[in-house]
Amino acid sequence: MILQSVKMAWASVISNKMRSFLTMLGIIIGVMALVVLVSIADGATNEVTDAISSMGTNLLTVTISDDGGNPVRLSEMDDILALDDVSEAAPVGTDSLTLSSGEESETGSVTGTTADYLDIEGLELSAGRWLNSSDVDSNTRVVIINQDTAYDILGVTFTTDAIDQTIDIAGIPYTVVGVLAEDDSVTSSASSYEAYIPYTSLERISSTVSDVTSFVVAASDDSRLDAAEKSVETWLYDRFGDEDAYDVTNMSEVADTMDSVTNTMALMLGGIAAISLLVGGIGIMNIMLVSVTERTREIGIRKAIGAGAGSILAQFLIESLMLSLMGDALGVASSWIALRIIAAVTGSSYTMDGKVVLAATAFSLVIGVVFGLYPARKAAKKNPIDALHFSG
Amino acid sequence: MKYFGQAMILFHDVSKVYRIGENEVRALDHANMRIDRGEFVSVIGPSGSGKSTLMNIIGCLDLASEGEYFLEGQPIEDYSESELAKIRNKKIGFIFQDFNLLVKMTAYENVELPLIYQRLPARQRREQVEDALSRVGLWERRDHRPTELSGGQQQRVAIARALATHPSLFLADEPTGNLDQKTGRELMDIFHELHEAGSTIVLITHDAHVAKEASRSIKILDGHVGDIKSRDEIEEVV
Repeated sequence: MILQSVKMAWASVISNKMRSFLTMLGIIIGVMALVVLVSIADGATNEVTDAISSMGTNLLTVTISDDGGNPVRLSEMDDILALDDVSEAAPVGTDSLTLSSGEESETGSVTGTTADYLDIEGLELSAGRWLNSSDVDSNTRVVIINQDTAYDILGVTFTTDAIDQTIDIAGIPYTVVGVLAEDDSVTSSASSYEAYIPYTSLERISSTVSDVTSFVVAASDDSRLDAAEKSVETWLYDRFGDEDAYDVTNMSEVADTMDSVTNTMALMLGGIAAISLLVGGIGIMNIMLVSVTERTREIGIRKAIGAGAGSILAQFLIESLMLSLMGDALGVASSWIALRIIAAVTGSSYTMDGKVVLAATAFSLVIGVVFGLYPARKAAKKNPIDALHFSG
Repeated sequence: MKYFGQAMILFHDVSKVYRIGENEVRALDHANMRIDRGEFVSVIGPSGSGKSTLMNIIGCLDLASEGEYFLEGQPIEDYSESELAKIRNKKIGFIFQDFNLLVKMTAYENVELPLIYQRLPARQRREQVEDALSRVGLWERRDHRPTELSGGQQQRVAIARALATHPSLFLADEPTGNLDQKTGRELMDIFHELHEAGSTIVLITHDAHVAKEASRSIKILDGHVGDIKSRDEIEEVV
């Protein structure tokens, strides 16, 4: 009987294609709004969280903006290390310099730092070793490069082949002692060239980097990060006496905040789109009510020849569900097309979030039932005698 | 203990009462009636006489307010609408004055519809539809929609639809009302065929000529039902 009801509902839906399509339009637009908006919001937040996580999350980043003539020296890193809850500290200085080897030459980001940096930032090596304390003390000309630099500038196929090769930084030859592993959390497709040398060495070749203006700190345990933050802030205040002279950023707090902000954003967008779906549902109920009135005579005939109230209810309810689910399917298909167009135009890749599609479909199903039930019950309750005499 | 025997329809003191404010309107007033299996009976009365109400109660489209109605020995009590629908589906074959076919369906689908509500399997439905349409001579037109058929053909499809479920009783309400003389004649011949094959037919009309086609007539006037003894009486009723 359900199959027959489905057939009857289908016959009714296609008997007036224009009206059915216009009714579905509300759902189509609602679903599109939901899926496209939330997918874009997801894509945007993913880019942001990727950027944040590529900077490391369980660390503190300290920036000194005004040293008041009393700059932080490299040796003071030991004082920081001695603080409570601090397990590692490394100064960070960056300059943009030319990396070259043979014919290949590119501008790269050269970072001067110390041995602790690798651990603090959670980086991994694919070949060789990291900086050690004697490199820093003797400011030897050693460098750790990233994979893009090894492949493109040195021209090696395997990162291990890069070890002991020479690469020129601002024209000065450095020996490669290590190659970083690819960072999976960063999803950008552009190549970037990075080199890491001892801080003392960067001080010598860079015109911009001298005393320590920025350093990163790791706590003895992730749970001690807030405590370490306090220790560092106390030390800095004692050192400079002016809170505006420096800035301490707790990266894990930043990441958490970003998370909740983006979640809120997605929920808000989703909520707005859901409202438009609701309006689509009202459209369905409106049309179904009209349909029931128009087909009063038909309902009377069906009842006279033996349709029970249940059959009539099923027929109209299935019709309403058909409209909402078909609208949902078309909405999802249109969303997919829309997202591809947006991706092509903006250059970012936006994938359809499967969870949202599921949510939209579930919502469409509920709407079909809820907004179709009232008209279906009206139809089912019609008195056959009165219905048969209805001339409408 | 009521005697059913051959009784298809048994009305015992049936009334249909409508209350409008303080007034009471009796569309049917203490009607007593008996129609046996295999009879061809006409019910004749002017408009407003209550014959529609009578048909609705016989056909289980409505329930009596007072009294008892037995259809094939089964008391039609305070059944729910769904239960009445089932009884209609199995026992009654309706034929209406304005045919009441579904315009968006073909003749075949119209005849098939009550069988779908009976939840018969597809093959059996096809057999019964073919049988019914053939008996009224319209199997070749099975894929036509009502708009592509003449009035007489539409009414014949309606008869086929009533036939298809093998009902206990055919209930025809002014079946020739919308047809011309000749087509009406053809239709009455089909009724006679059905009757000769053993069907029970109740035909409701205000037309004396049509009423005379039946073997027996019952008159109704202002809600009162009475037997008609002689055929001359029929003229007087209308």
